[in-house]
This record gives sequence, structure tokens and C-alpha cells, in this order.
Amino acid sequence: MDNAIVATHDTHVEEHHVELPQLRHHFETEEQQREAGTFGMWLFLLTEIMFFGGLFFAYLLYRNWYNPAFVAASNQLSIPLGTVNTAVLISSGFFMALGVWAAEVRKKSLLVLFLILTNIAGLAFLGVKAVEYKEKWDKHHIPGAHFDITEFVNPPLNPKTGKPVEEPLSPDMAQKTQLFFVLYFAMTGMHALHMVIGIVLLFWLTYRANRGEFTEGYVAPIENFGLYWHFVDIVWIFLFPLLYLINRHPGT
Amino acid sequence: MSAATIVNLPDQKTAVIPKKNYINAEDGILSWLFTADHKRIAILYLISITFFFLVGGTFAGLIRLELLTPQPDLVASDTYNKLFTMHGIVMIFLFLVPSIPATLGNFLIPIMIGTRDLAFPKINLLSWYLYMFGAIFLSAAIVLGGVDTGWTFTTPLSTHYLNTHVVTAGLGVFIVGFSSIFTGLNFIVTIHRMRAPGMTWFRLPLFVWSNYAASVLMVLGTPVLAITLVLVVLERTIGIGVFDPTKGGDPLLFQHLFWFYSHPAVYIMILPGFGVISEVMSTFSRKRVFGYSAVAFSSVAIALFGFFVWAHHMFIMGVSNYSALVFSLLTMLVAVPSAIKVFNWSFTMQKGSITFETPMLYALAFIGLFTIGGLTGVFLGSLGMDIHLTETYFIVAHFHYVMVGGMLMAFLAGLHFWWPKLTGRMYPESISQLSAVTSFIGFNLTFMPQFMLGYLGMPRRYHSYPPEFQVLNVLSTAGATVLGFGFLMPVLYLLWSLKYGKIAGNNPWQATGLEWQIQSPPLTENFIEMPVMDHEAYDYEWLAHKTEQEVTTVG
Ligand SMILES: [Cu+2]
Repeated sequence: MDNAIVATHDTHVEEHHVELPQLRHHFETEEQQREAGTFGMWLFLLTEIMFFGGLFFAYLLYRNWYNPAFVAASNQLSIPLGTVNTAVLISSGFFMALGVWAAEVRKKSLLVLFLILTNIAGLAFLGVKAVEYKEKWDKHHIPGAHFDITEFVNPPLNPKTGKPVEEPLSPDMAQKTQLFFVLYFAMTGMHALHMVIGIVLLFWLTYRANRGEFTEGYVAPIENFGLYWHFVDIVWIFLFPLLYLINRHPGT
Repeated sequence: MSAATIVNLPDQKTAVIPKKNYINAEDGILSWLFTADHKRIAILYLISITFFFLVGGTFAGLIRLELLTPQPDLVASDTYNKLFTMHGIVMIFLFLVPSIPATLGNFLIPIMIGTRDLAFPKINLLSWYLYMFGAIFLSAAIVLGGVDTGWTFTTPLSTHYLNTHVVTAGLGVFIVGFSSIFTGLNFIVTIHRMRAPGMTWFRLPLFVWSNYAASVLMVLGTPVLAITLVLVVLERTIGIGVFDPTKGGDPLLFQHLFWFYSHPAVYIMILPGFGVISEVMSTFSRKRVFGYSAVAFSSVAIALFGFFVWAHHMFIMGVSNYSALVFSLLTMLVAVPSAIKVFNWSFTMQKGSITFETPMLYALAFIGLFTIGGLTGVFLGSLGMDIHLTETYFIVAHFHYVMVGGMLMAFLAGLHFWWPKLTGRMYPESISQLSAVTSFIGFNLTFMPQFMLGYLGMPRRYHSYPPEFQVLNVLSTAGATVLGFGFLMPVLYLLWSLKYGKIAGNNPWQATGLEWQIQSPPLTENFIEMPVMDHEAYDYEWLAHKTEQEVTTVG
């Protein structure tokens, strides 16, 4: 074996920390492993941004082209439910942040508690989302063969004023509300899929946290999951105004 | 260091295969299928992509055979459509995209930067499984009756008019995409966080730089392809209307999203090839790569520009004149960093002590063919020319000059160059020199006539043509036959060399990279003691000096 290039490696760093079983053989130090994990997670989230990016691009394009249809369709979404869900999701993110803190200060029962709270909030979000999807189903606003545009062509009348609650759309423009709902379901569905994956991971992490795996100084999985969970939150923070809030009643 | 340092090749008679290495570290097929060793995963990839290269090559052969005569006689029209589609899909997604990164990159990057493995070994293995899983989908699509959308999955053709296995193929490409995302992610993290002490960014071999640039493209581009394919599949299965004009959707949106990935994908395929050429040029000229930092930064520049030229695939599709102008200009800008590379490689050879072993022959072939491929790209990037040449054989010839003449030649250069490191044995030199020359001649004979055919107006993707084009088509098919032999030979003699090749020794080329300073084939953990880098990359004086002082130790 050829030795000219190898020199004894500076072992100074390693002396100062306790070797943990979680240190994989190919990392020099635990710090390197932790940095690599976090960096990898950030990169993964970057790919996620690009993944959602395609949908956002399509949404912005079509919103611009078929603005009246998109406005009318977005008026169908429930702001109260959306707001509740936003609050639920933000508190879920808050619990997650507390969970990371609990892992760092090595408090096992707190960590488990916060992970469970995170999970409950996540499940609540999906529950509200299911209620919203159900309403779209009942109104025939699911894109496909049963999609119904009546409500956009002949909006119901306001009992007090006797005028339509919405500006009626031409049948042609009303067809374009279907595109709104396609993108609505694609984006919120993709977001919900990420939530479901996150919740499955949360159950697993809670189980491992309960065995004390993350409160002995090895917090990387909790930290990295936290990054993922916050990312899913942030996607919603963009989706909520884009789908529910902006320009609901033009001209008023 | 100005002049080249002349080093004599070592006597290989005394070399022996090391008793312990990554190949014999564990036995049994399961030890390969569940390995986390980047070198074994590289070998798994090498076997899989070679298989699919042969599959894609067979399709190419059938296409050329059909085009021997002006009449449609060998296959029916729709079979022909399936042949060129599956040739494209298999070659691009199952061979070219993973070719250098997943095999040579996987094997070499950890060693080159002086570490034991990639940052995430299990994710590395997962990439290979995703690749195979996607490949199964694509194979199913082929076996069940094929796809005929063209590799571009163009809407509304793919969503409304075809009755073939578009969904299966689309899902296959979707899954393979995640394999390349994870490979790219693994490389970026590894290169950032795992470098050996003293291995600064500007001491990295250029192979690492170019794979890094390609990884950035994989990580940023592939997810867009993934979501686009999801939308195509949904459009086809439940008719969501995003790409359907009758429902207000726009097929042009598909084009934008698809080419946003698929133009950078060209650089995903070619950038790792650039890296190989830098290594090979330096080694066989025994000189530091001329303008190291220019070559390194040009990789990054290509990756960056590569994201802003996609609409040059859409000049005839009704994009506005102004955006066409901008995209045309940006396209031509990409030629600048590419030319920087070609000039620097040429200057590397100047006053070097050049020898013409097989990797060098392939690398020289690369430079010639890539230059032609790149320059014809400028033709196509200019608006007026593009209207005349697009969708003709000129385009076909152009991208084959880049992808086959460029990337495949680079892959073969790299495979021969590092074969001693991968296997511990040499390939047979004279027959492989013959195969390099054969491929070069066969390649030009195949694709040069296609430039002329395209300029004369023969459209691509048709299986019959006017009789006056027959002479050039016969030439092209004859060339393809020669090329086929050129590519088949390495498969055979490399397999032969596994058993009968001369034992290579640690550093048969007297190259400077870290990978050549360890045993071949390497140990599972690569290095006995972790290396410390105390010199620049391509420092031949360091190497000469080192050899003088070397003490023979018992291994
Ligand atoms: Cu392009």
C-alpha cells in the first residue's frame, strides 16, 4: 500500500466528544454528519419548491387569462375554514419548533408531548380539508364528467336585494372555473399528500422519541423533520392567499 | 510548472491484485443488492445502464434498417413511431442521464475528495432501486406494446390521440427522475461537507466540479419534469384540462414546463462528460489542465445559463417574437463557456508529452465531435436558421453529435481510463484503440449524412422518404453498422479483461488524482488512513517527487 499521500489525521477534534452509536462509519465527526443531514434536507426542500413551482406557474398563468372565472370559483372557497386551518397549521408548526427545543435540552417527555400535539394539529388540518373537499363534491365542483357550471352561469339570488350574489359568467368563461378547481385540487392535494407523509413519519418519530433515542444528544432526525414540517406549513401559507384570499370581489 | 513532466509508466509485471478489496469484501448476490458501498452501487448501475444501452441500441439499429429504403417495408408506420420513441426514452432516461454520474461519479467522487463514502449511502442505494423500479415500468410499457409519443410526450398527442402505454411510460420516467434527484442531492452534500482536510474547492479535480454542476441541474430541473408528467398522466386518465385547449388549458404550457427540465437535461448529460475529458486530457498530456479555474467556472456558467434557454425548442410553436429573440441570444451565450472548455483542453495538450492510449483517443474524438455538435447548436439557436432546420434530420444529427459523439465518447473514455481502478485489471490496449477509431469513423459516417439530409429538408420521425434521399440514408445506415461494431467491441473485451486482463497496479497511468494513489481495486473504506491534500490538482511534479521518495512496503 502506497503511503506517500496519507498523513496521520488530526485527531484533536474527535477527542472532545463522546462517540455515539448513531455516528455512521463514513463520517469523520458527528458534527460533519449533522451538517450533512441538515444540508441534504435543505436541498430536498429546494427540489420540493421546484416541484410545487410548476403548479404555481400554471395557476398564475391561467388566473391571468381567465380572471373572472378564477375570481368566481375562488369565492366558492370558505374563508372561515381556510383561516381556521391556517391557524391550526401554524400552531402545529409552533409545537414542532417546541419539540426541536425539547430534544435539544434533552427532555424526553416534553418532546413526546410536543410531537403528539404536532400530530394532532396535523390531523385536524386534514379533517377540515376533508370537510372542504366534501362540500366541493356535493356541489359538483370536482373536475371531470360531473362538473357543474350552473352556479356560475346563474348565481343564486340574494334574498334581501334580489340581485345575484355573484356576477354571472358566460357559459364559456364559466367552463374555465374547472381549471381553477383542477389547480385547487392539485395544489392542496399535493400539499395534503405531504402532510400525510409527515404524519406517518411523526408516528414513527414519536415511537422512537418515546424510547429516548433523540434526547441523548442525537437530535438530527427531529431537526430535519422539523425543517420538512415547516416547509409544508410554508407551502400552505402561500396557497391560502393565492387560492382563498386574493381579489375575491373585483370592483368592490 | 511550465513544461510537462515526463514520467515512465511503471512495470506492471510486479503488480498483484490486492488480497482485500471492495469486490471480494463480501460474497453473494445479496451482499451486492443490499450494499451501501458507493463503489458497489456504481457497479450495479454500470451493469444496468449497459443493459439498457444495448436495448436502446437495438431500437436504433432497427430504425436505421428501416430507413435503408425509401419505402416503408421493414416495419409498419406505428411500429416505427414506437421504435424511435422507445429508442429516445431508453437512451435518455435509462442511459445518458445516469451514465457518468451514477457509475463513474458514484465510484470516484468520494475517493477524489478523500472520504469513505457519499454522505447518504442508503439513499444512494435507494437511487439505484428507484432507477430499476422506473426501468421496470418502462420495460413494461415496451413489452406490453410500446409508446409512440416521441420521447417528448408532446401534448395533446400524448393526452388525447394515442392509444399506447403513455401512462406506464410516464410513470416510469417520473420514478427514474427521483433516482437522479437523489443522486444529485447526494453528490452536492458530499462535495460540500465531506472533503478531506486541505481539499479546497480549487484543489478539486475538474471531474468533481462538472459533476457538481450537473447535480445542481438534476436537483433543480427534475422536479419540474416530475410534476409535468403527473399532469400529463392526470390529463390522460381523468381529463383535468390543464393542457387541453377545449377546456381552456394550453399545450404550450406543457412545452414550457417540459423544456424547462429537458434543456438543462442536455447539460445533465454532457457536463459529467466534460469532467472526464479534463481528467483524461491532463493525464495523457502529463500537464496541469490549462486554465483550471476557467474550466471549473465554465461548468457552473453552463449550468446557470442552461436554465434560461429552454424556449429555443419552441421557436416554431408561437412564442412571441421578443421572447424568441431573447432566448436565441441566451442560447448563443451558452456557446461561450463551452468554447472556453474546448480551447482549454486544446491548450492543455500544447507542449505536453502526449501519448495515445485508448482513453485519450476517445477524448480526442470527443473534442472533435462535440465541437461540431456545439457549433451546429448555434445554427439552430439562430432564429431564421431554426425555422428551416427544426424538425429535420439536422436536429437529429446535431443532438447525436452532442449526446453520442460527446457524451458516449466521454463515457467510454472514462470507462477505459478508470477500468484499471474499477476492476484492478487493464483492458487490452490495441483492440480497444481499434474500437475507438472504429466508433469515430462509424459515428461520422452515420451522422454527417444526416446533417445534409436535414439541410435538404428530410423531416425527422418519418419512416418513408423521397427516393432522392436514399444515397445519404444508405451511407448513414452503413455508418451505423460500423458504429454498432465499435460499441459492441468494448462490451466484449471489457468482460474478457475481467478475467484475463493484465493486472493494473495502483497507478498505471501515472495520474495525479487521489483515486490513483490507493490500491486498485480500492478497499471498501477507500483509504487506510484519511488523506490530507497538500498540493494542487494535476500536480505532476508532486507525483514525480513522490515516486522518487517512495518506499516499497509490504501490502
Ligand atoms: Cu435545448
